[in-house]
Amino acid sequence: MTVTAELTNISKVYGNKIVLDSINLQIKEGEILALLGPNGSGKTTILKILAFVENPTSGEVKFQGETVNFKNTEKERLQSTLVFQKTTLFGTSVYNNVAYGLKIRKVSKETRDREVKKALEIVKLEGFEKRNARKLSGGEQQRVAIARALVLNTKLLLLDEPTANLDPKNVGILEEVIDTVNRKNKTTIVMATHNMFQAKKLPHRIALMDEGKITEVGAPTEVFGKLSKNLARFAAVDNTFTGTAKATASGTSKVDVGNGVHIEVTAQKQGATAVFVNPQDIILSKTAVESSARNTFKGKITEITDFDALVKLKVDVGKPFTAQITKQSFNDMELCLNAEVFITFKASSVQVL
Amino acid sequence: MVDVLGGIAKAFELIVTGDPELYGIVSRSLIFSGTAVILAILWGIPLSMLIALNDFRGKTIIKTVLNTLIGLPTVVLGLLLFLILSRGGPLGFIGLLYTPAAIIIGQAILITPILTSIGVSAIEDVDPEIMNLAKTLGASESQAQIAVLKEAVNGLVLSGIASFNRAIAELGVVLLVGGNIAGGINRTDVLTTAISRYTQRGEIDLAIALGIILMIIIFGINLIIITAKRARILFTLGRSPQ
Repeated sequence: MTVTAELTNISKVYGNKIVLDSINLQIKEGEILALLGPNGSGKTTILKILAFVENPTSGEVKFQGETVNFKNTEKERLQSTLVFQKTTLFGTSVYNNVAYGLKIRKVSKETRDREVKKALEIVKLEGFEKRNARKLSGGEQQRVAIARALVLNTKLLLLDEPTANLDPKNVGILEEVIDTVNRKNKTTIVMATHNMFQAKKLPHRIALMDEGKITEVGAPTEVFGKLSKNLARFAAVDNTFTGTAKATASGTSKVDVGNGVHIEVTAQKQGATAVFVNPQDIILSKTAVESSARNTFKGKITEITDFDALVKLKVDVGKPFTAQITKQSFNDMELCLNAEVFITFKASSVQVL
Repeated sequence: MVDVLGGIAKAFELIVTGDPELYGIVSRSLIFSGTAVILAILWGIPLSMLIALNDFRGKTIIKTVLNTLIGLPTVVLGLLLFLILSRGGPLGFIGLLYTPAAIIIGQAILITPILTSIGVSAIEDVDPEIMNLAKTLGASESQAQIAVLKEAVNGLVLSGIASFNRAIAELGVVLLVGGNIAGGINRTDVLTTAISRYTQRGEIDLAIALGIILMIIIFGINLIIITAKRARILFTLGRSPQ
């Protein structure tokens, strides 16, 4: 088992804020490693250090067996590339964006044309070469950014929340791309995410992060299985709640997560539990819905974030839930901050961790 | 009574008949100021990049000083340069005074503050992540800076136009270090100094004519460049960031 990159006692301080605190992590060749944690836990900083565009305040980084000298990382940067969370594109055509790294590497025009075409096919943007990159939709832009990285076939591919701002269709495409690229090209991938669902199925290993520290590393089943230790960590991620479960007569369990919120789940559980609900599984309504769904709560919209084709809303029903609806639905329902809404989801949608 | 209509008529006549005296004055204006802009770009753009892309103590002070120098009275700079270049001055031995070279260098110095100021703004307006983006795609430090410059190109072109306008329209520098020499091999009279001369001599219609022509030139060049900028937006697709 080769180690592609290794972080030893890495710390990063900005001013008087400790962003990374004694990070020790090995990236194994050919694996997909997910950094899972809430915003601000240090995921992006680790990725930037692994991309060699940011230097640690202290500690050592080894890349392909050699210690990295952060005073000049030109060589290493050719073997590691990062796709940013906020899509950044050059103000030119899709082709020029995707071909940029190849031009830097002095690849011939024929090869460039061929590789760009292949990369665009993988991300399902065939024929987009001449389009103005900045005029594409959010999802298409993100796919251009991914194609731009894929085309370089680097040893290390780093993705910062690659599907965070995408609608479900694009999320699916991207997850498929990540999986394919890893299996076919054996590309080592490190991705940051705060999507519990994604972290369960895509990576080989997860590293849980919280406030600059790595609290747990292991295969998803291992990490999610260690409930007692991880409860507090999980609590920091979207739509994850910890509480006490009590079995019900009907074969389900009700989990008391605090503030009067009881979530019904289809598993038989008793005692300390952590549960997670996918934002996409939550139905939003302006009036109470009479349905077969076992979980319905009334609350107020406390935050609205607009992402192109979809809108993420934080609803406070006693506990904060993040729901995700299409822009169309958002406009049709005429929702706004502080609006009273109902959230509904099936017991079977709730994942017990 | 100032004969404005006479002036307009005279202007038309001079332009249409291809009057060599006029076209000589115009070409000198364009060449001196154009060269000054190129010179200022050569040292101004790197200076803009240095200031915009780096964080250092005193950055705000330097930016403020530059901004203030934009309004430097041309005659004050002209006087300063005269003192330096005149026979008794420290650089008098070079013999630059009253030559086209002195005008070009003088105007280049004059427009450096405005070129650099607008340049710094343009570069600072570029998404700060572009630098990291270029680097993570394998670019070296200088290649990454070029990528940033390319993103700032619209603002940089604007800084070039603004500088050219200031150069071609100024009087103080070209008069004091150029001397407004209207004869011989190396003439140093340009549109602004000629207007000044004709006005003082009472040849008002010539002065008005030249004034109109100067305005037409400034307007015309701006029009060409702005239209070219719009066409450039179409060319952006063909432009490579590398």
